[in-house]
Amino acid sequence: MSIEKISDPRQVRHWPGHMEADYIYTHGIAGERFFKEIKENGRITGTRCKHCNLVYVPPRIYCERCFEKLEEWIDVGTKGTIQTFTVAYVDIDGSKLKQPTTYAMIKINGTNGGLLHKIGEANLKDVKIGMQVEAVFKPKEEREGSVNDIKHFKPVK
Amino acid sequence: MFGKKRVAIVGAGLTLFRRNLKETGKELCYEATKMALDSAGLTLKDIDSVAFGSAPDAFDGIHMKGENMIDSAGGWRKPFSRVFVGGGTGVFTANAGWWHVASGLFDTCLVVAEEKMSSCYPHPAHAFTTIFDPIMSRPLGTTLIWIFALEMHRYMHRHGIKKEQIALVSVKNKKNALDHPCAQLGANITVEDVLNSEIMCWPVQRLDISPTSDGAAALVLASEDVAKKITDNPVWIDGVGWCIDSTYWTNRDLYYPDYVEYAARMAYRMAGIKNPPKEIDVAEPYDPFDYKELHHMEGLLLCKKGEAPKLTEEGVTQRDGDLPINPSGGLLGVGNPIAAAGLMKVCEIFWQLRGEAGKRQVPGDPRTGVAQAWGDLMQYGSVIVLRR
Amino acid sequence: MSAKIKKYAGHPLKSAEIREGKVPTARWRPKAKYMWSAGVAMSRFLNELKNGRIIATRCNKCGRIMVPPRVFCEQCFKPTDNWTYVKDTGTINTYSASFIAGDASRIKEPIIVAIIDLDGASPGMGIQHKIGEINWKEVKFDMKVKAVWKPPEERKGAITDIKYFKPV
Ligand SMILES: [Zn+2]
Ligand SMILES: [Zn+2]
Repeated sequence: MSIEKISDPRQVRHWPGHMEADYIYTHGIAGERFFKEIKENGRITGTRCKHCNLVYVPPRIYCERCFEKLEEWIDVGTKGTIQTFTVAYVDIDGSKLKQPTTYAMIKINGTNGGLLHKIGEANLKDVKIGMQVEAVFKPKEEREGSVNDIKHFKPVK
Repeated sequence: MFGKKRVAIVGAGLTLFRRNLKETGKELCYEATKMALDSAGLTLKDIDSVAFGSAPDAFDGIHMKGENMIDSAGGWRKPFSRVFVGGGTGVFTANAGWWHVASGLFDTCLVVAEEKMSSCYPHPAHAFTTIFDPIMSRPLGTTLIWIFALEMHRYMHRHGIKKEQIALVSVKNKKNALDHPCAQLGANITVEDVLNSEIMCWPVQRLDISPTSDGAAALVLASEDVAKKITDNPVWIDGVGWCIDSTYWTNRDLYYPDYVEYAARMAYRMAGIKNPPKEIDVAEPYDPFDYKELHHMEGLLLCKKGEAPKLTEEGVTQRDGDLPINPSGGLLGVGNPIAAAGLMKVCEIFWQLRGEAGKRQVPGDPRTGVAQAWGDLMQYGSVIVLRR
Repeated sequence: MSAKIKKYAGHPLKSAEIREGKVPTARWRPKAKYMWSAGVAMSRFLNELKNGRIIATRCNKCGRIMVPPRVFCEQCFKPTDNWTYVKDTGTINTYSASFIAGDASRIKEPIIVAIIDLDGASPGMGIQHKIGEINWKEVKFDMKVKAVWKPPEERKGAITDIKYFKPV
């Protein structure tokens, strides 16, 4: 025998709640320098592991493969290659976007790393995997040390 | 089936514990892990597996934190697993590392624990509320300190323990922490300071509680044959135990942590310990609140129920006493980056048994030590027994 | 090792440096909302609170009368057998006076919180609630208390339909 189960669905109760959480993340040792270079100099930087001959973008203070500390910072330029991309027609809640947005994984040329970012100043049907793109920075006075200091990547002419 | 192998700790690493550290959680993880590898004279190539521990994702608001951390914990393209049992995570991560190696599956295992609580704004108290039952507890406005205050009060009531006796733990641990190079809150304070500090939730006052912290800790484990090649003085993991009690915490008598006793009995049986107070030379029970050290000494069977305050008053638990308790300074003194704090305790026993604890070294050539952590809704115990 | 290491990693910051934007940071506020199903046992429990009654479940194997009620006995690991009402009176198992609100800010008049072992349930079967109509310094262990209910029209089928427990 067991207790009777609910047969009238109106008797089933639900309880609403939300998670009151708010976070402030420090950029960390590598992140602080990376974003400072973007903000002040419009430069994308990486760190290089000389043992593994790898260049990390975004930069890290350690090599994930050999676990050595990385201290060699290099300017990696602003150009990259589209590795893959997607075109978003809906927002996070599934509502239709006024303007479709193209998001791409961009491998920064000459490095082993890359950034996820938007593609701009391009005709949607012209975007191709393997396409060369370059970073377009916001004007210096609008930059605040965030990944959005890069407005988007645009095709290299 | 695999035969059970003997497992040794061969290296340990730790970062500073502070209210706010600039490093990201990953960067903290890397520093502790690198230090542990360096101290063992190993590189990442020598590592076969990784066990990682961290408390609720809500603290630093990064979901799937284990996956987020892998590269910094040495997990790149390796068998990697994250374990999570609330505040008990730190010691349990070492237990998880133990079974990676004891099972015969791996010769070596990195054990890494990290916490970055400062990201939660304005205070991690917000994140803590998400651990409570949404129907029975949250509508009442329950906070974490409430539930521990209820436990502390019940413990005091059942044994007739005074606040003055409990405050001695805070005084001792903050003093011990003065000798810990990573400590956040080492201080010379008095019982009066504790009793005069701000009342949070009676009987819990400000100086009864450990702080919130950022930090990371790491260990390197190796199987017996490998360990003997790496070092002349391995520290053996001779017993592990863990146990959890009912989630219906209002249906339990909070005056005694039965689940810690069960976890301890499991670990002691494995280690062949019959008389814990006699056979254990140094202990690091979990002390996020001062009364918890006493509660856990009893759960660890280091004394009879209700006897821990007396031993504390008699000085038995001082670093130079007969049974040194929390010579590191514990969570009250070193700080409480949850999972990292639990693993810090295992690091401390490792250093104590190797005679490498410096100013914190307990006298008398300790050979056997125990570390313990506690968590979830006052229901979880994890225990590890180390021997030289 | 600990004694041999001269420097430990970590760059300490002051909270103010972070709050005032003196170090670069990124902010994120998750928009997470939930709707939890109360399930079989707790739906009935909440609906009964609306009627001013506290309901428990009983396991015939171990004989425990459990509150909060559940559809299975976690000790015998079998379904529970009957519903049974318990009283809205009980004894204080343990208590605390909180001077801290949920966001860690301070409050003047403490909230008295307690575990109350309810009469009619098995020994030690308590629920968490608040204590009212008494100064916190006068609260005692094992004190007899009784639920103070909101008026029926204000009840929502929530644990807060009981305003608090007061000394008998
Ligand atoms: Zn490398
Ligand atoms: Zn039963």
